[in-house]
Amino acid sequence: MAQKNRLEGGLINRKNPWAFEFNGQSMQGFEGDTLASALLANDVRLVGRSFKYHRPRGMISAGSEEPNAIVELRTGSRKEPNSRATTTELYDGLVAHPQNCWPSLNFDFLGINDLLAPFLTAGFYYKTFMWPSVFWEKVYEPIIRRAAGLGSASLEPDPDCYDKGFLHADILVIGAGPAGLSAALTAARSGVRVIVVDEDFVTGGRLNAENYILDDKPGSKWAQDITDELCSFKNVRVLTRTTVIGAFDHGIYGAVERVSDHLKTPDPGKPRQILWRIYTKQTILCSGATERSIVFENNDRPGIMLSGAIRNYVNRWAVTPNQNVAIFTNNNDGHQTARALINKGVNVAAVIDTRKQKIDSPDYETFSNSVVSNTNGRLGLDSINIKHEDGTQRTVKCGALGVSGGWNPNIHISSHHRGRPIWNEAIQSFIPDDNSPSGMLIAGSANGFMELEDVIRSGYESAKQALDKLNVKSKKIDLPKTQGDDELAIEPFWMVQGTSRGWVDQQNDVTAKDIKLAKQENFTSVEHLKRYTTLGMATDQGKTANISGLAIMANLLGKPIPEVGTTIYRPPYTPTAIGAFAGRSRDKDFRPVRKTPSHIWAEEKGAVFVEVGMWMRAQWFPEKGETHWRQSVDREVLQTRKSVGVCDVTTLGKVDVQGKDAASFLNLIYCNGFAQLAIGKTRYGLMLREDGIALDDGTAARLDENHFVVTTTTANAVSVYRHMEFVRQCLYPKMDVQLISTTEAWAQFAIAGPNSRSVLRKIVDKEYDISNEGFPFMACGQITVCGGLRARLFRISFSGELAYELAVPTRYGDSLIREIMKAGEEFDIVPYGTEALGVMRIEKGHAAGNELNGTTSALNLGMGRMVSKKKDSIGSVMSEREGLNTQDALKLVGFMPVNKNDRVPAGSHLMSTGSPVDAAHDQGYITSACFSPNLNCHIGIGFLKAGDTRIGEVVRLVSPLTGQDHNVQVVSAHFIDPEGERLRA
Amino acid sequence: MHNLNPISPLGNTKPLSEEFGLYTLSEITSFSLASFTLRKGTEGDARKIIEQFIQGSLPDIMSSNFGKISSFWIGPSQWLIEASVETHEDLAGELTEISNGKASVTEQTDAWCRFDLNGQELASPLALLCNVDVPAFKGGEVTRCQMDHMGCFLICRDLTNVTILGPRSAANSLHHAIVTALKAVI
Repeated sequence: MAQKNRLEGGLINRKNPWAFEFNGQSMQGFEGDTLASALLANDVRLVGRSFKYHRPRGMISAGSEEPNAIVELRTGSRKEPNSRATTTELYDGLVAHPQNCWPSLNFDFLGINDLLAPFLTAGFYYKTFMWPSVFWEKVYEPIIRRAAGLGSASLEPDPDCYDKGFLHADILVIGAGPAGLSAALTAARSGVRVIVVDEDFVTGGRLNAENYILDDKPGSKWAQDITDELCSFKNVRVLTRTTVIGAFDHGIYGAVERVSDHLKTPDPGKPRQILWRIYTKQTILCSGATERSIVFENNDRPGIMLSGAIRNYVNRWAVTPNQNVAIFTNNNDGHQTARALINKGVNVAAVIDTRKQKIDSPDYETFSNSVVSNTNGRLGLDSINIKHEDGTQRTVKCGALGVSGGWNPNIHISSHHRGRPIWNEAIQSFIPDDNSPSGMLIAGSANGFMELEDVIRSGYESAKQALDKLNVKSKKIDLPKTQGDDELAIEPFWMVQGTSRGWVDQQNDVTAKDIKLAKQENFTSVEHLKRYTTLGMATDQGKTANISGLAIMANLLGKPIPEVGTTIYRPPYTPTAIGAFAGRSRDKDFRPVRKTPSHIWAEEKGAVFVEVGMWMRAQWFPEKGETHWRQSVDREVLQTRKSVGVCDVTTLGKVDVQGKDAASFLNLIYCNGFAQLAIGKTRYGLMLREDGIALDDGTAARLDENHFVVTTTTANAVSVYRHMEFVRQCLYPKMDVQLISTTEAWAQFAIAGPNSRSVLRKIVDKEYDISNEGFPFMACGQITVCGGLRARLFRISFSGELAYELAVPTRYGDSLIREIMKAGEEFDIVPYGTEALGVMRIEKGHAAGNELNGTTSALNLGMGRMVSKKKDSIGSVMSEREGLNTQDALKLVGFMPVNKNDRVPAGSHLMSTGSPVDAAHDQGYITSACFSPNLNCHIGIGFLKAGDTRIGEVVRLVSPLTGQDHNVQVVSAHFIDPEGERLRA
Repeated sequence: MHNLNPISPLGNTKPLSEEFGLYTLSEITSFSLASFTLRKGTEGDARKIIEQFIQGSLPDIMSSNFGKISSFWIGPSQWLIEASVETHEDLAGELTEISNGKASVTEQTDAWCRFDLNGQELASPLALLCNVDVPAFKGGEVTRCQMDHMGCFLICRDLTNVTILGPRSAANSLHHAIVTALKAVI
């Protein structure tokens, strides 16, 4: 198709013709086009269907305020619905489809909604679909859900990546139009660090859309020259294709840079978009203004556009929406558009001006004191009806109508911190109040300046103010002499009298009639109006609609507009892809992976890994012939208890505690005593929270008089360290204690089982005595291994067996596990994973995360007597609260099924036999459970009311989730070696 | 001499060095690290001891001193001391001995993975990695920061050479994050 509506001139590169496809039709545009300008060039006015009534719609605007021309862009997994054709940069091979229409754009079956409009008024869904109530879930909701929404997602993973980044500036300039450029140049020449952001792919803003002359050169050239100078400064960063989406606390702004959206696919390694977090001391908001429409009957036909947008298409993209255009205006801007069209040889059918004073032109016919009362055309505008003040009417043929109802400053970002805009009578719109985000100044049209000279000067003066606040002397810039700008001379005119189906919010299909209905039903508050009618709630957030809607409501209420007020704005300024918020944190890169020192070796052994926090831990090590995880785990448990097993326990938190008060410090953070712990000894410790509930458990080994190594559970390594730092820095700052994490610094292995000492004798250097007498249970020491490598040895046991934990500098962990396995060959040593570790600790009755679950006290855990009364420690007083020490307090006990084949699932609740199964009769719950290969049945540990006095009793286990309901016997939690003979052997 | 063989944080027997455009990313393992923290009441003595050892003064807040033995501020009264692994394999042991109870010393060599990034425009990839105002660097800065959710130290040795210290266990994830950022800017 030829570019029928392409004009001469413009800022496009005609040497680069680009092919694209819309609605299955191949077309051509040029480098520098947007999809919207290219479609208009190809005489395409109908682009999509409206949200509710499925009315034919086309472009209204030329920017990010566009409510109508939203399309599905690209295909396959890159398909992106609700893309604005007006901001979509054309590229060679672009493919776009209309959305919200079926079976075709020209014939949309749901266009029937338009005929049913009397039944589909605002809030109709609140009043209908009520009866019969059973229809809601099965009938109404599915139908509504199918009909609702705009476009469709690909339902495939996004193949592109997104980045997040951080930028820092002294002054952030939002918007690179005339105000932004003068502000940025002033700041840049003054030497401060400046970031200039613009959502367009070229700088200049309206300078590219108008025929302004600045210092004897076209406005677009002036903008380019200033931009070139800005880019030459090392202290300036100019970000085009970047939208500031929100103002956040402390001078932080979110901005999305569309790095690759203008390409068919991103270059290898490059992100599609970057979400920048910009830290700035001062901000100058130069976001310009958005033109608004006038509400009249059938004002939504394709071809009816904002007058300023037509000017933009004509001047920047050399495109007219039609060869015969009419203008409807209440200010001088409409006439500027008429002149722009005439200059390019486009016929102006008429200019309809609501103002009384007639502006004559030799080039076009003007009807003053007149309005457009209706429009005609099926899939696009064919003609308009004009009504004069004397009541006479006429019809004028035209294929496009430019409407100018005035301009609304883009104040959105200024109100992200709840700034309440204030009414400006001169421009008949809202401007920012004094409550803009801290450090923000507002310049140009965004602050209500509508004449070019004022706009440029305000940018300069705002920069001077910002520099003053930074105590930087500003350098003067020469403000350009401007030509070509008319005074706006607006006279308020919001809606043609008698309009019923005149669209206010075109994206959400909100009409003047809907606003009348909202008023009739007393939804008159602006917030209620918004929610009742959905005015301003679509992807465009009502950028072209809100003020008109408020004005109509004000008129209905007989109040001035400022008394009706306005809603305020929230981020994001324009729709933002969720991918930009996720950045690279998705799929396997969702979060970092921590690997144990033996990870490579474990992979070689075919270990099955499990995520524990961010650690990847070996869960079990399957051997040939094992087809079920239980076979592997049972073997690992049995072999460890029979001979010896080894497990990587590096993941346990390790904190180095040093200082003259280290022992006193541990006495405070543990509820049991540590001050008297001998050098070379390790002790189990329990930490309580301030409220007396157990926080974490672990061991503390005394390596020297003033040197301890504290271990924590894997899961709580960070929170315990944070707690210890809080105690050190805030509660006891005078103590001489130093803390530092050593979790990563040491590779640590548990070697457990009756032959563990024999294996270790082959690893530990000969000069160290690790006999039972020389290195008894709970001993610790600094030793050397494998011929001289420094190491730490702890005789502690989580499995209940004779066991040691051996630590070496992490880089040697891989080598050490291989040496241990070699040394253990003669004892048939097995590596065991977290599953076997769990089984053995349950068999031994050791509490872990399931038991230290944030609700249990030392008493519940059977450690009530550990809470020392001889000293003060965190949580010890609160642990004595009456409510935590009742006669029937929960106690940790073990459970075995009466019928050996029954399971004991964790999470099951316990009832007395014969009692009803309800919360009132709950006796406790199972916290940890496993199959014990040593006892050949399932076992569990958990909390039972007064459990320590109920050993031998049979209680009822109920697990509605897993369908279990059977009896279990209460037993000691120590299923294996309750006397502890093995671990002391 | 013991018979155990070290591996690098990325799991290699030899540390990795890669080029991305004009950037060079190197995994460094030829260093020893120990934390050195002043104990209350003996701060002056401890400071003298360590300053004699490093042949210079301890750096100020968020600063570093470089030399045969380097030092980086990491917290109130706390520094990381860095030396060649060849000459100071047990650096923590040496410092513990000379500090004689006047300072707290902890071995940190294997607590960290170290990646050195060299190139002219370091601000660009680092802007995608961490919330640090790198363009304001003059050389010698040290700051704690997060890179791709990982707590790291960023040390500016000079304007074309920074060190990233990250958690050793997450070395592969950190390396992936740095490489991704480099590929995004070259």
